[in-house]
Amino acid sequence: MSAMPSEAGQMVWRHKSVIDLDTWTKEELYFLLDQARHMENVMDRPIKKVPVLRGKMCVNLFFENSTRTRVSFELAEKMLSADVVNWSVSGSSTAKGETMRDTAWTLEAMGADIVVMRHGAVGAPQYLASKLKRAIVLNAGDGTHAHPTQALLDLYTAWKHLGPLEGKKIALIGDVLHSRVARSDVIGFKTIGCDVVLSGPPTMMPRDVEALGCKYERDPRKAVEGAEMVYLLRIQRERQQDGLFPSVDEYHTWWGADEDLMSYAKPGALAMHPGPINRGVEIASEVADGHQSVILEQVRSGVAIRMALLYLCGGGAR
Amino acid sequence: MAELREKAQLMSAQDLNRVIRRIANEIVEQNKGTDNMMLVGIHRRGVYLARRIQKIIEEVEGVKVPCGELDITLYRDDLTTLFEQPMVHSTRMPQDISGKKVFLVDDVLYTGRTVRAALEALVDLGRPAQVQLAVIIDRGHRELPIHADICGKNVPTSKNEVIEVRVSELDGKDEVVICERDA
Repeated sequence: MSAMPSEAGQMVWRHKSVIDLDTWTKEELYFLLDQARHMENVMDRPIKKVPVLRGKMCVNLFFENSTRTRVSFELAEKMLSADVVNWSVSGSSTAKGETMRDTAWTLEAMGADIVVMRHGAVGAPQYLASKLKRAIVLNAGDGTHAHPTQALLDLYTAWKHLGPLEGKKIALIGDVLHSRVARSDVIGFKTIGCDVVLSGPPTMMPRDVEALGCKYERDPRKAVEGAEMVYLLRIQRERQQDGLFPSVDEYHTWWGADEDLMSYAKPGALAMHPGPINRGVEIASEVADGHQSVILEQVRSGVAIRMALLYLCGGGAR
Repeated sequence: MAELREKAQLMSAQDLNRVIRRIANEIVEQNKGTDNMMLVGIHRRGVYLARRIQKIIEEVEGVKVPCGELDITLYRDDLTTLFEQPMVHSTRMPQDISGKKVFLVDDVLYTGRTVRAALEALVDLGRPAQVQLAVIIDRGHRELPIHADICGKNVPTSKNEVIEVRVSELDGKDEVVICERDA
């Protein structure tokens, strides 16, 4: 592992609810990464628990299935000694017609302090946050809009390996158009000063890539040229039925990451993926399991970064 | 927050270094040598003080005793009353603390709440054979039944005053000053 950047300075933390990273500064991103480093330290101890959120109630409110993100948040909450309630849509009162406003008030009446929310609709966490008087909302993914903790854990993983990220190049390859991960990663990596290049089928690109501050390269070999991070986005197989790409095999031939594609990137470039991976679609096993892969480290980083976020945003008096 | 006004110097660099030297010697004396001993500095200034004590012990005894650093932020008892969450620092132990005779090192002993948090943080890391406390200044006003085993100097203070132990590694110079909050 390369040398860690020196300790970040003191900072007054202004974020409470976290919906998107578009309001974050570079300094805030680095501060959070630094704090996550100390949280990761807790994960290595014989007793993986610190009492910092004792007495706080976290509700993981998931309207979409996501075992990984939910478990990652739950572990982070438990390591900080919070009380955890998992509230999933199946069998919840939303199915009985409860409005989200009433859900918000119900959560608050039960004493929730932190609500972690995943929803299929863009803006749902923002709306929930606006209806809560006391509790904060951490967005665990809303529609095609944002997935801030994914971007934060990606930044953290890259930073641990590469040190300061300014001026470094990342290539994001895949279905950018439908991906909240891509959107949040673009914002996060741009804010911290990276050069972001997108690649993938033109049918899966937003119309105005330049407006995101990124370049588009149809040829992934060109996109990864000089990149220190190669980020593969998950391809949802049902997109094939939408006619966005002809076949899974064809996608893999053109845009899938194999050793050949990685050879065009900077030597030692990191292979990253938000999981769960589709072997033989967006990523070949030789890359997913290869020495450049940091995919499992990303999973571990997710817990650390969520601990830091829960502490900074959800701790303390209100 | 009221302004801090520096009232007087309690120790010069030379005085402070003499006190650190004496504490180092007392630690070795109480431990009857350096066997099975471990120094643990409490963030932030305690870390630098512990490292200096380690160096002095090495000079005198020829043994480099292990020296760890402990951050107590996540164990504070006042977090639910604070609107700003304090910054977390690193906790690093060069080896397992279980079975060790641990000397906690901090700059100022005041209410005793930092030491309480440190004890809780320590037992989450392992089970030391013994824990003792060494501080540069004991300024009184304890709110918990905690006592320093080794103390550089007792300084009676009012609650309106603040003792600052400055170390060159962080503050550019070594000294101890007493400050007062302007009302």
